[in-house]
Amino acid sequence: MFGKACRVAAAVMTLGASVVTAQAASTLETVKARGKLICGVSMGTTGFALADAQGKFAGFDVDVCRAIATAVFGDPNKVDFVMTNINTRFQALQSGEIDVLSRQTTLTFSRDASLGIDFGPAVFYDGQGLMVAKSLGVNSAKDLDGAAICTLPGTTTAQNLADFFRANGKKFELVVFENPDENNNAFFSGRCDAVSSDRSDLASIRAASKSPGDYVILPETISKEPLAPAVRQNDSNWRDIVSWSVWMLMAAEEKGVTQTNVDEQLKSEDPEIQRMLGVTDELGTMLGLDKAWGYNIIKHVGNYAEMFDRNLGEQTALGLSRGPNTLWNAGGLLYPPPFR
Amino acid sequence: MSPIVLLRDQRARELAYQLICVAVVVGCGWYLLSNALANLARQDIATGFNYLGREAGFIISETPIAYEPSDSYGRALLVGLLNTVKVAVLSIVLGTIIGTLVGIARMSSNPLLSRLMLLYVEALRNVPLLLYLFLWYSVIIFTLPSVKQAIALLPGVYVSNSGLVIPAVVWHSGFWSITLAVVLGTAAALGWQAVARRRRIATGSSQAGWPIAVVLFTLPIAVAALLFEINVDFDWPVLGKFRLTGGAHLKPEFVALLLGLTLGTSATVAEIVRSGILAIGRGQREAARALGLPDGLAMRLVILPQALRIIVPPLTNVYVTTFKNSSLAIAIGYPDLVMVSNTIMNQTGQAIEPIALFMLVYLFLSLATSMLMNWYNGHVALKGR
Repeated sequence: MFGKACRVAAAVMTLGASVVTAQAASTLETVKARGKLICGVSMGTTGFALADAQGKFAGFDVDVCRAIATAVFGDPNKVDFVMTNINTRFQALQSGEIDVLSRQTTLTFSRDASLGIDFGPAVFYDGQGLMVAKSLGVNSAKDLDGAAICTLPGTTTAQNLADFFRANGKKFELVVFENPDENNNAFFSGRCDAVSSDRSDLASIRAASKSPGDYVILPETISKEPLAPAVRQNDSNWRDIVSWSVWMLMAAEEKGVTQTNVDEQLKSEDPEIQRMLGVTDELGTMLGLDKAWGYNIIKHVGNYAEMFDRNLGEQTALGLSRGPNTLWNAGGLLYPPPFR
Repeated sequence: MSPIVLLRDQRARELAYQLICVAVVVGCGWYLLSNALANLARQDIATGFNYLGREAGFIISETPIAYEPSDSYGRALLVGLLNTVKVAVLSIVLGTIIGTLVGIARMSSNPLLSRLMLLYVEALRNVPLLLYLFLWYSVIIFTLPSVKQAIALLPGVYVSNSGLVIPAVVWHSGFWSITLAVVLGTAAALGWQAVARRRRIATGSSQAGWPIAVVLFTLPIAVAALLFEINVDFDWPVLGKFRLTGGAHLKPEFVALLLGLTLGTSATVAEIVRSGILAIGRGQREAARALGLPDGLAMRLVILPQALRIIVPPLTNVYVTTFKNSSLAIAIGYPDLVMVSNTIMNQTGQAIEPIALFMLVYLFLSLATSMLMNWYNGHVALKGR
């Protein structure tokens, strides 16, 4: 009996010690030694991260993970996905369970400052919106005075709603669900008049309904939600790798480098393309990566436009337009810094 | 004494084992805590309970006390705690009443009744509570009409998938005097009941005491109504653009949780009551019958009071479990302590403190329930004289 207690105590101690040592090494070394990246994604959101019948993950957030894995290993499949829920996602990152969190997570001041994490560049500019049934005959969120609104407990959703209604002098009834399925059921059954979440997420909910045509996302965007991948704080090299992998996707779109033409582009005369693809200069080695990291990303994952169209675009169930997620020179917010 | 002698002394050895055990437990706890604190500090994660005073900024759908989004996180937690207590206490009371009736009916000589009760108990006890919560909630929101087509049971009483709405009583004046009168009347009636009972036991002659009790109960209320100005209005529910506004609301989330907890508790209580009654010797029932007591009276006067001694200790467990089970509320959107804590965790990014806080609260609730039940148990237990 007593010996058993001692063994348990010893096991707990070694466990604690091993967590500490695991974090002492740099994330890149840990990932390389492990031979694969571990990426935190959502529990299943159409278009962002969803496993198919074969268990293969697909989606926009998943592709960000694959881009990072490709930058490190040259292989988009050297990544394991861990489904994180809205309450445990930051702990999973802090504790070292995952190397990068790519999970529709909004970059905010207090998260950056108080959670011990750093954010990469925004990969998707989102905003919180409201969706109602068309039959309700509502055209604006300001007409929802007295309505019941369903939402998930996550993040600042509830706070944004309260702020918006307070600012407009309106009242509403909030019904909060832990589980997305219950949340959607309550909305589709009419328990709630409206459902509120990030606009991209509303599109996911609508796409998953029986008759998507019956629902309309109201025009108001009541918050700014720049969704960005996150890494542990104080690992500058790893954050650089994540940031520049994301910027590589955007820069490739800007330069017209696509999955199909990337091999021809190796012969491009454009010096920036040459640097991005590792033809001249060895930008990759400065980050501790292979010099062909950029080529690999585009070859295996594609550029930003291809990623967007494949997972979220007009042709998909979500049917999202690019909106603010367009390159800066087309009036959007995507502005990759120069590769030089 | 030399260590060898100490080692041979059984009492010293036992004490040493205990001390080592305590040291290991405390050591482990201290190690884990200091490790957590060091890690949090190293990763620049905010710690402490300062967040409790900051503005909450979110809405809670059920608020037993006044609450606005501009109130503090601390007050939001209090609202969550009150919601937990409200639903748990109500289900404990209702579950005990239903459970006692079911437990007695389960032993009925009528095979239809006893089999039905068997089915009730087994069906409720052998499926996880969470699934029942989903079931009741889905039944409510998918079978009842939406609020625009709400069913009017009575004028002003509406049922829809947004819950039950009844007219609310608005007291302009006289609320406290009437409340006081009701309390006084109840106390007087109960006091009279006790006096009558003592006299019956002393003299053996019983006379109907209830007319006097009724008078004692109504008299203070009538006096209060005459002396003080009573001004009461009804707030009738009206169908607004989206919802029924005004009136008192019973939300479907609350109803589903209350239903799930009450039925679950009642099934366990039924089995405990049955085991308590079965444990009372057959001779007691036969003796009661020989004295000429009908079955109902025999149960009420002879069997149940004795069975209570066996029933109360396991009941404590059931009540504590009900409190803890109420945290499943989060699955169906009832804003209990855990749900409010979760929202706070999401907004502040601090996880350890809110969880520690609600663990403490549940510990306190469980211990308080145990204490209350132990006190009651001491009251009914067989006194060794």
